[in-house]
Order: sequence, then C-alpha cells, then structure tokens
Amino acid sequence: MSQKMTRRRLLLGGAATAAVAMVKSSFGKMVQTGIPEAAIDPTKQVGPLPGILGTRSPFEHPQRKASLTSSQTPLQDLYGIITPSDLHFERHHAGVPAIDPHTYELTIHGMVDRPTVFTLADLKRFPSVSRICFIECSGNFRKPDKETITPQDICGLTSQSEWTGVMLSTIFREVGVDPRATWFLAEGSDAAVMTRSIPVSKGWDDAMIVYAQNGEAIRPQQGYPARLLLPGWEGNTSIKWLRRIELSDGPFMTREETSKYTEPVKDGKIRQFSFTMDARSIITYPAYPVQLQKGWVEIRGIAWSGRGKITGVEISTNAGKTWQAARLQEPVMDKAHTCFRYLWQWDGDTTEIMSRATDETGYTQPSLKELIAARGIGTGYHLNPVTAWLVKRGGEVVYRPEKWK
Amino acid sequence: MPYWACVAGIAMISCERRVNTAPAHFGYGRPATQQEIAAKAIAIRPDGKGLPAGSGTVQHGAVVYATKCAACHGVTGVEGPFNILVAPDTADAIPFDRAPQRVKAIGNYWPYATTVFDYVRRAMPFNAPGSLSDNEVYSVTAYLLYANKLIDSTAVMNAKTLPGIVMPARKYYVTDNRKGGDGPYE
Ligand code: HEC
Repeated sequence: MSQKMTRRRLLLGGAATAAVAMVKSSFGKMVQTGIPEAAIDPTKQVGPLPGILGTRSPFEHPQRKASLTSSQTPLQDLYGIITPSDLHFERHHAGVPAIDPHTYELTIHGMVDRPTVFTLADLKRFPSVSRICFIECSGNFRKPDKETITPQDICGLTSQSEWTGVMLSTIFREVGVDPRATWFLAEGSDAAVMTRSIPVSKGWDDAMIVYAQNGEAIRPQQGYPARLLLPGWEGNTSIKWLRRIELSDGPFMTREETSKYTEPVKDGKIRQFSFTMDARSIITYPAYPVQLQKGWVEIRGIAWSGRGKITGVEISTNAGKTWQAARLQEPVMDKAHTCFRYLWQWDGDTTEIMSRATDETGYTQPSLKELIAARGIGTGYHLNPVTAWLVKRGGEVVYRPEKWK
Repeated sequence: MPYWACVAGIAMISCERRVNTAPAHFGYGRPATQQEIAAKAIAIRPDGKGLPAGSGTVQHGAVVYATKCAACHGVTGVEGPFNILVAPDTADAIPFDRAPQRVKAIGNYWPYATTVFDYVRRAMPFNAPGSLSDNEVYSVTAYLLYANKLIDSTAVMNAKTLPGIVMPARKYYVTDNRKGGDGPYE
C-alpha cells in the first residue's frame, strides 16, 4: 500500500463508507472512495479533503419517480423554489438523444429574410438573458383514486430552474422574420423528432432559446445543448434538443397538437392549442406520508401560474369551510413557483387541509368538481384542482380521494 | 469620470459613450443553403405543403403494416400493446367530453390526414424511426386511413389526394378560450 493510501485511511478513520466521493489516488488519477456516513464524533477526526465534485450528504436521498414515459420531481423533499437540475422532471417521447455540442446546429428558415444556421457558439455570442420560471407538463395530474400518494405522485411534473440563453426575439430580428408570419414550427432532434407549432407572438414576447440551467450547461434530459423555453406554457411546447425553427403563416397540426395535448370539452368539442398553464398550488408539508404531532404546524407549499405572478394563496384547515391568507415567500416572480407558508395549530382532530392559489389576472384555482362541471368527465390535460390532505386523528396524513364525476 | 469633467469637455472620448443599444443585426451564424433547408424541412402542413413526390396504396400499406407495425399496434390496429390506431367514427358515439373511456384514434379524433404521414415518417416505427421510404409512408398511411373507414380500398395516396381527405373529428376542434381572470371556469 502506498503512503497516500495509508494517509487516506488515516483521514477517513476507517469509518463506514456509504456515499461516493472522488479522491486522488497515488497514480494521480481520480478514484472513488467513500465518505464516512457518520463519524462517532466528527470533531475528533479530519474529514475528506476538497474534491473536484460535490456530493449529497449520504443521509439525503431525494429521487425522481420514473415510469417508461416520465419521471417526477420529489416536491415534498425540496426547499425554496429551485429544483436541483438532477431532480427536474422528465417527459420525452423517444428517449434522451446524445448530441455533440461541437456539431450541433440550429436552422431557422421559412418566412424570414435570411435563412440561417447557428452553431451553439453562435447562440452563446448573442446577448444572454437569465430568468427563473417553472416548466410544467400539461398532463401533470393524477386521478385522486387512493390515499397513499405523495405530492410527487400528484403533481411532480413541474420543476423550476434558472435558465440562461438568448431571447427568441433577438434571433427573430437577426434572421428578419416576415411580419406576415403568424406561427413557427419548433423541431427537436430526438428520435421522436418532436414538433410543435407556436404563435409568433410568443416568440416576440418572452420565448428564449436556452443553453444553461442553474448555472451549468443544460442536462441532456432537459434538452442539451439547447432548447426552446416558453415561460408559463405547457412543457411539451418548450421543444428540447432544438434543431430547427420554420416560420409559417399557419399551424402545422402536428401529432402533439392534435392526437395528444388536446382535451375534450363541453358539447363534444376538442380544445386545441391550450398553451397556458393555469394557476395551481399544492401543500407539500404536511402531506402523505408525514406523521403529524398535535400543536403548531407550519403548512408549506408552492403555488404558480402560467399567466403571471401569484398574488395570493389561501389555506383551509377545515375541509374548505373557511379560508385564510398564507404568507408568500419572496421572490414572487412572473410564471414561477412561489413558496407559501401558514402557521396552524392542530388540535388533534380529524380534518382536511388544502390550498388555493390566485394569480394576477384574478383567476383562482378551482376544485376538481368545478373543472369537471366546466369541461365534462371525458376531459384531460390542464387539470389544476385544489388538492386536499386528510389529517387523521392519529396524525396520519393522506391524500383525500375524490370521485371523478 | 466626474460629471463636471464631461461638461467641461475634458476627456471627450469617454463622453461619447452612448447608452448601450443592440444592433439591428449581429451577423452571427451562416446562411442556410436551399439544399440543406430542403433536406431538413420535413414538416407537412394540413394543406399538403411539404408532401414529397411518390404515392402509396392500401394493398402495399397492409404489407408494410403487417411487417413493421403490427407487433406494437396489433394485427388490426386495435390489439396493442401500444397505441390503438383504429377507431372509426360512428354517428351514435357518445361525445368525448361525456365518455372518458372512449378510445381516441385516427378515425374519430385526428383532424387532418396529413398528420398521419408527417408523424409516421418522422417517428415510426418506434424501434427504427425514419427508416421508411416515402412510398412506404404513403402506403401505410393509406392502410391506416382505410382501416379507419376514411377511404376505400382502391384509393391512392399522394401529395394531391392526402390533404383532400375529410376527417370527421375536424369539426369538433376549437381553439383554446381560457383567459384567466375571475370569469367562469373554461
Ligand atoms: C416497437 C414498437 C412500435 C412499432 C414497431 C411501431 N410503433 Fe407506432 N407507436 C409506438 C409507441 C410506443 C407509440 C407512442 C409514442 C408516443 O406517445 O410518443 C406509437 C405511436 C404511434 C402513432 C400515434 C398514435 C396516437 O394515438 O397518437 C401512430 C399513428 C403510429 N405509432 C403508427 C405506427 C406505424 C404506421 C408503424 C409501422 C410503420 C408503427 N407505428 C410501428 C410503438 C411502435
């Protein structure tokens, strides 16, 4: 054994090794080693030395829940408003493509004066803008069919990041968009060659082409090396792995804006181009599977709206009979997850707790009943009902099942 | 530099600094050639713009379907295991808003036949996307439209005929009317 190894052994004190860290070996290569799970007395032994990548505490295990088509953010395990990039939800239709940033190209053509091909380096030369906003899948809903489900199960298809890139309006000016162009097609380079038609007005308003997320390059699962970002709009429209934009004078009627991402509404109608995500909130604490104790409880959660800022969140601790204002935690931003909290003294009796958000248009989050009354029982997508948690006498907190009718 | 220095005309060069305005045009990127655009622009519009040369028949489509699609979508398009592709529209069907269990497929839910061509050419078969020739796509599109009772068995699909097919679901499509605010829920 080399001297270094002996030294490392000494530093680690032979404690149990659970999590993985990188340490330089005697050969100068990076090798994995453990960091102690819990020193008996951390003041009596020196810990691991600085490394090239940080790690989570071995006591923390936030994880997405993955199915064949998506993976959900563990909302109940998060603090504040930023979703750690590796916990951002995923939804893609044919897996995550591997794209070389050096050969990546974005082509913009159609009703433009100067059809242009941009490399990733070109995109990064443009004035860069950062903003914080959520991305939510419009299928972010689960029928309230059983008690034992978490905030992650109910609405884990929403996540929030700080995104950095170039305003699409800057690119529109660069290529000279024809004023008669009304729609553009955005196309990804995954195996689904995902496409959506987007009104040009959103491009001039607040759309971006982003290449960074939370301070580093976008993760492959989120569209590396560059994606479209349409703040406040259903996630599917923020095309990942963006390879092409075609300006046109009408929508293309792609499969994802006809067969999917449309919802039946009253009188046999099928609603299309439902872009904006309506206001929603959810209590993330206390929620299943929390075990509550009598006394003071800080109810916490997040609220968001695709139509602007959250102006208020109300809490009911008596199954919707009365409502009180929760405190909003700054920053309260446009089209962004906003934290709320509310102090409550639980007397130990069975009750239901719930939250409802209001946004700056004056829209208040509906109940499931109100949504179904407005659209019909055959509707789907864009469901943002008030979520209730049932607090049982023993302190058990569970999801309150609700009839779909 | 202090304001008085500027006013006094000292260090004129610094005074010429203007508010930072963006140029109309940065000149980044390179022009896209007509050929490379033609190779990349695969999207089909509902009016048929973008459809390639070539054509397909229901008979040929049945063969393509049986060999390249049936394993995932079922022998007749209804057996799965993946998406059901065949559901003809019927006059007595319960409207979708009142029938949560009703199957949505090409025959009763898709508003444009061009979408079938566009989607199959870009994304199917799932295990070999982009592997079909344009004629194969025309043919399997013809077969799916025939199975959904939208065309008869002798119809030929090409850039001219495909956009002309009337899809029963088209009349049900409406554009989003939600606006937020405190009006009734939509
Ligand atoms: C390996 C399995 C597989 C094969 C083979 C396959 N598909 Fe698919 N197909 C899928 C899956 C999975 C989806 C759903 C993809 C999604 O939702 O993004 C799908 C979706 C579709 C859809 C859209 C259905 C809807 O309701 O929106 C059509 C149309 C389709 N396939 C046609 C075809 C045709 C035509 C072929 C043969 C050329 C084919 N598929 C071969 C797995 C397959």
